[in-house]
Amino acid sequence: MDGIILYSVISLGTVAAVSAIVLFVIAKKFKVEEDPRIDMIAELLPGANCGGCGYPGCRGLAEALVKAADAGSIAGMNCAPAGGEQMAKIGKALGLEVTALEPTVAVLLCGGTHEKAPKKTDYDGPSKCSIAHTVSCGDKGCPYGCLGLGDCVTVCAFGAMYMDEKTGLPVIIEEKCVSCGACVKACPRKLIEIRPQGRKSRRVWVNCRNTEKGATAMKVCKAACIGCGKCVKECPEKVQAITLDNFLAYIDPKKCIACGKCIVVCPTKAISATFEPPAPKPKPVEEPVKSEKKEEVKEQQQI
Amino acid sequence: MKLKTFKIGGVHPPENKMAASTPIEALAIPKRVSIPLSQHIGAPAVPVVKKGDDVKVGTLIAKGESFISANIHSSVSGRVFAIDTVTDTTGYKVKAVIIDVEGDVWDESIIRTPELAKEIKLEPADIVAKIKSSGIVGLGGACFPTHVKFMVPEGKKVDTLVINAVECEPYLTADHRIMLERTEEILVGIEIMKKALKVSRAIVGIEANKPDAIAKMEKVASDFPGTEIQPLKVQYPQGAEKQLIKAALNREVPSGKLPLDVGCVVNNVGTALAIYEAVQKNKPLFERVVTVTGKKIKRTANFLVRIGTPVEALVEAVGGIPEGTEKIVNGGPMMGKAVVSPEISVTKGTSGIIFFDKSEAKRKKVSNCIRCAKCVTVCAMGLQPYLLEKLAEKNNWEELEKLSVTDCIECGSCSYTCPSARPILDLIRLGKANVNRIRWERSKK
Repeated sequence: MDGIILYSVISLGTVAAVSAIVLFVIAKKFKVEEDPRIDMIAELLPGANCGGCGYPGCRGLAEALVKAADAGSIAGMNCAPAGGEQMAKIGKALGLEVTALEPTVAVLLCGGTHEKAPKKTDYDGPSKCSIAHTVSCGDKGCPYGCLGLGDCVTVCAFGAMYMDEKTGLPVIIEEKCVSCGACVKACPRKLIEIRPQGRKSRRVWVNCRNTEKGATAMKVCKAACIGCGKCVKECPEKVQAITLDNFLAYIDPKKCIACGKCIVVCPTKAISATFEPPAPKPKPVEEPVKSEKKEEVKEQQQI
Repeated sequence: MKLKTFKIGGVHPPENKMAASTPIEALAIPKRVSIPLSQHIGAPAVPVVKKGDDVKVGTLIAKGESFISANIHSSVSGRVFAIDTVTDTTGYKVKAVIIDVEGDVWDESIIRTPELAKEIKLEPADIVAKIKSSGIVGLGGACFPTHVKFMVPEGKKVDTLVINAVECEPYLTADHRIMLERTEEILVGIEIMKKALKVSRAIVGIEANKPDAIAKMEKVASDFPGTEIQPLKVQYPQGAEKQLIKAALNREVPSGKLPLDVGCVVNNVGTALAIYEAVQKNKPLFERVVTVTGKKIKRTANFLVRIGTPVEALVEAVGGIPEGTEKIVNGGPMMGKAVVSPEISVTKGTSGIIFFDKSEAKRKKVSNCIRCAKCVTVCAMGLQPYLLEKLAEKNNWEELEKLSVTDCIECGSCSYTCPSARPILDLIRLGKANVNRIRWERSKK
């Protein structure tokens, strides 16, 4: 009995020792020399592997950054989840000056809530926007609007999005959003835009992508941009941030000063903001009701 | 005698061809038509009329300018009200010419006599030019511009013309009716196609559930040497090009190739009739036969409808939308598309309007795949639908490409047969779209 144990220990021990020596020799001889900076940079990155930068995971970006740094510049390469400050740190670690980019955030460009754009048909196919988009224009009847099946929520690796059951639209949590752009790619209708966070998080945007004429757009959604051009006229002359194309207004975030004047004049309330708009010009009587509603909208946006 | 059919896969859904015995009737011309500019595969046609122009029946209103595109003609006489966007079947916006109807004045060049014109005067090249100028597209449903099929590239040889009179989709009876009522014209149309392709042999594939059509076609075809009528076993999707070639000629079109590569050109029987009318009677394609049917409907009908007529008009003509209707489908029940609103108009590809009640329209509850492989058994292209579905769910486009997802003809047999009611075809379609996108991006590089 003792003999068996002894033989087993000796034979297995010999095999282990021989293997260890062989592995050690091979590891020494065929060692792949890797730039130690890659590991260092990879550690500075968030490690979420979201792919927002266009490289296969954080290590892929780290390798690319080191390679680019050797070539002289890492301009144009950015890790949005890391943020501007962290990118500056990375630049420093690589011995380069990097100016921190302006922080950005994902913004939904659709205001077609259950209330504004009621369902007209039933869709009972697979619960994926990408599929619903190929089958038909969606249950609200708007071929431009949010399908409400949450492809964007599914792909968000940072838990920065959720579906609001009440409105049927996804909500972006600003504090958690790192603007990696995964939701932008996932949306079959291109309804999410990465926009600058704005000074003190003050942002204004047109909450619609419908390029149909006003009457056609209003048929399916009461919150649609009808292309009336009132906002364009209201925008201060020196700013001129709003352009009108195909019956759809667009606010250029680079030019916009977030004064909020356009929000007040929009007849369909298709312009949204993260702040309380200035008081509207005094004329309608049902004023208090209106401002209450606005507050509601504002709250939803800020969640 | 054992009937011919294709060898792998296929299903046999309940036929429900209730409208088979209803003769074709012309539908009253509506007050306003909206004729979409993109009724075919390929580039949309470019309008050649403007608001306020007077048009006659058969006037060219939009020109197909690129290689794969088709001309569009006015289906009514009257005045152009607007060129604007309208809603298509699936609810997306398309450009259309909207015409207010005044009277029914036909273009003088159209020969309206009912006599059969048997003698083919035009030369092959002129026939193809005529088909092109008449805006003829495949009337089976895919709407591929027909003239392109007749431009055989150098080095390819065609020996057989295959006529698709299978009508394998349940419910639809439009092709069945024209075979009974317009037999001679169809056979002359086939002669014209044979002349254009310079072939002497044509095979007309008809499924055995239309014995009266087979008998009538066989009787008349005896006057047309070289045209054979081939009865086929009832099996869906026999009306798909590749399956029909396999069934009628026992030739297999390889993956990624066209019927041309095995010496065939396939055209629908409705297209044959349209070609006859275009070449012999100078009548462009502006009307087609549409089956209106359903289980609860007051009466079924096969209407001869002007292109651009709102579906509402067809619905009214059969006594309104039947009670309990959950879904209206444009096309056949297997491959057709759900209509979002009855305002949409009839296009060149509208073969039927079918009403479904809740029991037929609602999807069953989805449960897990039980690996029964029924979908593999019925796939007419020899694919593995359950696996393609799984891969598409996981966004694994590379693997899908390796498994030839683009060979899928989207017949829907897999989803139809799945005991777990899985949305197999929905996901495969998503996979196909993404593989095609990846291929396109690769080709750009």
